[in-house]
Amino acid sequence: MGNQKSIWVFGDYRNYFQNRVTLQLISKACDLARRIDAEVCAVVIGHVVDEYIMEYTAHGADRILAVDHEILKNYSADTYLAVMENLVRERKPEIILIGATDFGREFAPRLAKRLKTGLSADCVGLDITDEGLLLQIAPSFGGNMLAEIVTPERRPQMATVRPGTFKEIPHNYERGALVERLPLITNLPGQRVRLVEYEKSAERQHTMENSSVIVCGGRGMGNRNNFKKLHELAKLLGGDVGATRPAVYAGWADHSALVGQAGRHIKPKILFSFGISGAIQHTAGVGEAKFIVAVNKNPQAAMMKMADVAIVADAGDVLNTFIKELKKRIRE
Amino acid sequence: MLNLIVCVKQVPMVTELPWDEKRGTLRRDLAAGMMNPACKHALEAALQIKESRPAHITVITMGPPAAEEVLREALAMGADRGILIGDKLFAGSDTYATSFVLAQAIKKQCPDYDLILSGCYTSDSETAQVGPQLAEELDLPAAAYIEKIDITGRTLRVRRFVDNFRETLEMEFPALVTVAMENYQPRYTTLAGLERAFKEENIVSLSASSLGISFSTMDTHGSCTKVRKVFLRKAQKENIFLKGPAAIVVNEFLKNHEDKVSSAIGKDIKKEENDNG
Repeated sequence: MGNQKSIWVFGDYRNYFQNRVTLQLISKACDLARRIDAEVCAVVIGHVVDEYIMEYTAHGADRILAVDHEILKNYSADTYLAVMENLVRERKPEIILIGATDFGREFAPRLAKRLKTGLSADCVGLDITDEGLLLQIAPSFGGNMLAEIVTPERRPQMATVRPGTFKEIPHNYERGALVERLPLITNLPGQRVRLVEYEKSAERQHTMENSSVIVCGGRGMGNRNNFKKLHELAKLLGGDVGATRPAVYAGWADHSALVGQAGRHIKPKILFSFGISGAIQHTAGVGEAKFIVAVNKNPQAAMMKMADVAIVADAGDVLNTFIKELKKRIRE
Repeated sequence: MLNLIVCVKQVPMVTELPWDEKRGTLRRDLAAGMMNPACKHALEAALQIKESRPAHITVITMGPPAAEEVLREALAMGADRGILIGDKLFAGSDTYATSFVLAQAIKKQCPDYDLILSGCYTSDSETAQVGPQLAEELDLPAAAYIEKIDITGRTLRVRRFVDNFRETLEMEFPALVTVAMENYQPRYTTLAGLERAFKEENIVSLSASSLGISFSTMDTHGSCTKVRKVFLRKAQKENIFLKGPAAIVVNEFLKNHEDKVSSAIGKDIKKEENDNG
């Protein structure tokens, strides 16, 4: 590659076509590459990967490094790390971006450690500083805070990014890229972690953490009977009931329903919050809810301010009316 | 007997976040701490192993002197020994430096471990990196996000659900796992247990020098990343307020957001056209 700087994107194609994080990262890498005059290179490790080579090319990669071998057909941290480490040492990219899938989150920290370099996790923004460094904007404290992180000296500069953070470039199948097909390294280590069984399964064991609808209640529910009705609503919506610490202390809900910093961290598509003031111990666990509907008599409550829709009314009244209305409307 | 190590971390209670405005870092010395919730799941997994066979549990943490509290809490839950690593030299360590220091302490204090367990992420920095990086430091087979552990002889079998795949993995001891939040709900700590734990003397404190780590060691093995600043995330929500009698606000909400609700719950709640009720 000579002295051409390179930004690498790890080709994470597991669950492609749904998982589009690699395409999103290639798009971001193209932005960054213009700023530091670099090329964008996608690395594809696996077996029978031509489909991904074509997709990454169509979505903006300038170069593809492909290591295609039967031994690589299953995702394995041990073997993929060895292959990737070898490529990086040989070619010295400036930046490596990795999707924060479950595999990426296990793979990236180990790769960074091997390469003796820094890594930031789940970046929500990436930029180039005046000095030409990768500016990594990463969340902390349940998404309440953001940190600006740089890796001043070590190379490559590494970051993981969650799926859906950046937008992919529309595909263009006319595009070309330099595709390098590389042989498998000869000193591939044995696999110390053996894959005994695996099956693809969209359904996982149901937990509050992966529930898409959650109904949460707090002190403002007033009494145990009102709180019980949250279960009726949750049942109608096919969701789960969460509680704040005061509601747990009052004995209205089990400790296992506690949502917040010391309890469960939920990320539902929709959260209904009834009679919750929004103490930070609670809100630290709901920062990732996509859409929040809060009901509280007090419009000044913190929970109301972080809601998408804030209903200023008695939580019990709204709950009853909502249940009644939903019963009329829900058609299976 | 199995030798288990659980890595725990004291994280600040988010109610009190004393920020050092100039440095943009958290003044951990001023923040009230608690055990990171994910670490409790790892400890619970270790405690359940100990219930099924003879085992000894060492909990290890790196942090300021106050971090001793989480070791006491772990002892109260059923751990046998605590190790507190603390030194000014380690202040502000990123995961790269932290995993190095933890590895040195483990090599020195409990080199004959069979299994290391850690949480899957911390509630403060949320990187989820220390576990996997510790595995690299100690050159161990490892698996992240495990939900179930079975042990037969020296073989560890774990189950996990990653990227829509249900996987069963096997590896030989010594090994490292990070424990997912889905399972191993942590047990209660009784007040009596806590009181007892505060009287126990099986906590070891380690400084940098006792680990043979000097300033120049940290030059090579210290943090690779630098936090330039920390700031509050701005809300990007519409934050619509509805006010009025319950029947009116509920209908208004449903009228404007029936699509959103329908798609979240996977059921159609749209009003039928001819329905005027």
